[in-house]
Amino acid sequence: MAYSEKVIDHYQNPKNVGTLDKASKNVGTGLVGAPECGDVMRLQIQVDDATGVITDAKFKTFGCGSAIASSSLATEWLKGKSVDEALKIDNMDIVEELNLPPVKIHCSVLAEDAIKAAINDYRVKNGLEAIKFDESVVH
Amino acid sequence: MLKLPIYLDNNATTPVDPVVLETMLPYFSQHFGNAASRNHPFGWEAEEAVDYAREQVAKLIGADPKEVIFTSGATESDNLALKGVFEMYASKGNHIITAVTEHKAVLDTCKHIEKLGGEVTYLQVQPDGLIDLKELEAAIKPTTILIAIMYANNEIGTVMPIKELSTIARKHGVLLFTDGTQAVGKIPVDVNKDGIDLMAFSAHKMYGPKGVGALYVRRKNPRVKVTAQMDGGGHERGMRSGTLNVPGIVGFGKACEVCRLQMEEDTKRIAELRNYLETELLKIEESYVNGSREHRLPHVCNISFKHVEGEGLLMGFNKNIALSSGSACTSASLEPSYVLKALGLGDDLAHSSLRFGLSRFTTKEEIDYTIKAITDTVNKLREMSPLWEMYKEGIDLNTIEWAAH
Repeated sequence: MAYSEKVIDHYQNPKNVGTLDKASKNVGTGLVGAPECGDVMRLQIQVDDATGVITDAKFKTFGCGSAIASSSLATEWLKGKSVDEALKIDNMDIVEELNLPPVKIHCSVLAEDAIKAAINDYRVKNGLEAIKFDESVVH
Repeated sequence: MLKLPIYLDNNATTPVDPVVLETMLPYFSQHFGNAASRNHPFGWEAEEAVDYAREQVAKLIGADPKEVIFTSGATESDNLALKGVFEMYASKGNHIITAVTEHKAVLDTCKHIEKLGGEVTYLQVQPDGLIDLKELEAAIKPTTILIAIMYANNEIGTVMPIKELSTIARKHGVLLFTDGTQAVGKIPVDVNKDGIDLMAFSAHKMYGPKGVGALYVRRKNPRVKVTAQMDGGGHERGMRSGTLNVPGIVGFGKACEVCRLQMEEDTKRIAELRNYLETELLKIEESYVNGSREHRLPHVCNISFKHVEGEGLLMGFNKNIALSSGSACTSASLEPSYVLKALGLGDDLAHSSLRFGLSRFTTKEEIDYTIKAITDTVNKLREMSPLWEMYKEGIDLNTIEWAAH
C-alpha cells in the first residue's frame, strides 16, 4: 500500500511535535488510543483565556505513518481556531485532506477523539462541564 | 557499491538464483513436453528432467527420490499432509497435535479438519518459541494420528527440536509431519536422522521459483500414505494429480543442489552478518530479540524496539529497505502477530517488532546501511512517541487506563 504524498510529508516533517505544560490551567490534554492497538495519540491545546482562541497545539503519537500524519495535521488546523470551531473538525476532513485509505480511517477518528479529549480536559479545568460525544464509529 | 532498495525480507520469498534461472529457461519453449507423455521424445525429455530434479531435491533432505511428491508449494503440501493423513488414517483415530505458532497454512487446515470431525490440540509455546516436550507427550492419546510441528518458525526463526519430537512420536506410534519451509536449504535437514514422516517445503524460500514445492512422504519404517486431495490423472504416485510444472521443478532441483553444496559457506557468512546486525541494533536502548537466540535459523532475527510502532518505523526507510513488521496495522483486525503474542509479548512489543531475513546475496554494505537507517528512525520516532516520553519520566504504562478502541 502506497502512502499519499501528504502523509509522507507530515511523517517526514511533522508539525508541532512536542509537549505543553499539562498542569497549566489554559492547556488541555487529550490522550487517546492504547499501546495494544498500536496507536496512542497525545494532543495538547493552549487556549487564550480572554479570546477562547487556540494559540498553540502540540502532539506526540505512537503509531503508523497515517496516525502521525493525522495528528500533525490536526495540530495545524487547531492553531488559530476558537475552541468552538475546533469542535467542528470532523475525522472525514482529515481523511480527505490526507487521502487516507479505508484501513487507515481509524487514524483520523483517533485524531478527532484526541481533539475532543483535549477540549474537554481544558473545559473541566476551567470549571465547565465536559461535552458528551457520541461513541466513535470505527474501532 | 551499495544498490538500493535493499531486500531483507527473505522469509517472505527469495530471489531466484541466476544459476537456477539459467537451468530453468530451456524447459519453457525448447523442452516443453509433458512429463506424462510416454510416447515421444518431448515427454521423455521432460520426464528425465523431472526425475533428475527429484533426485536433487531428495538428496538435500536425505530422502529417496520416490518419497518426493511435487506440489505447487508449501501451502498445498501442508494441506495434503494434514488432510491426507486425516482421511487415510481415519480408522486409527482423528486427533492431531500442533502448536499455536504454526503457519496459517497449517492452522487453518487444522480448523478445517475440526469442522470435518477431527480433534486438534494446539500446544502453547514457551517464551523462547519452543514447545514443551513434556506437554507434547502428555497431549498424545489413543486417537492421536499426527503431530504437526514446524521445523523453523517463519517470523522468529526458532528451530524446533525435531529429533526429540520424532522420538516421542515414534514411541507412541504417531506420525510426525513438519513444515520445513523456512529450514530446508538453510540448515541441515535429514528426514532419516530427524525421524520425519512427512515434510512440506517450497522452492521460492531457497532461491528457487515460486509455484513449486514438495511433500516428503516416508516410504518405509513406517510406510506412510496420504489420501489425494485433488482428483485427476494420478500423477505423483496417485497422491497429487496435475501436469507437472517441469520448468519449476527443474529450478527447484537446481536450487536444492546449490543449497546443499553452498550451505556451509553460506550459513557461516550469513550468520556473521546477522549477528553483526543484531549486535548493533541491540545497542539501541530498549530493544529486544524475540524468540530463542540459541535455537534459531542463521539468517533470521526479530527485534522489538519499545515505544515505536512497527509500521511507522518501516515507513522511515521502506523505500530503501524491504522488511516485515509484526504490527498488523494495515489489516482490518489491528491484531499484531499471533506468533509474537504466543511468546507472551505484550501487544505493544508485538506492534514494535521488525523481522530481518538475510540471504545468500546480502552484503556487509547493506547491513551497515540498514543499521544506520533503523537507528536513526527509531530515535526520530521516539522523539515523537508519547509512550517514550512517559517511559523516560518513569511512568509505568500499565498503570494508565487506556481508552479501549
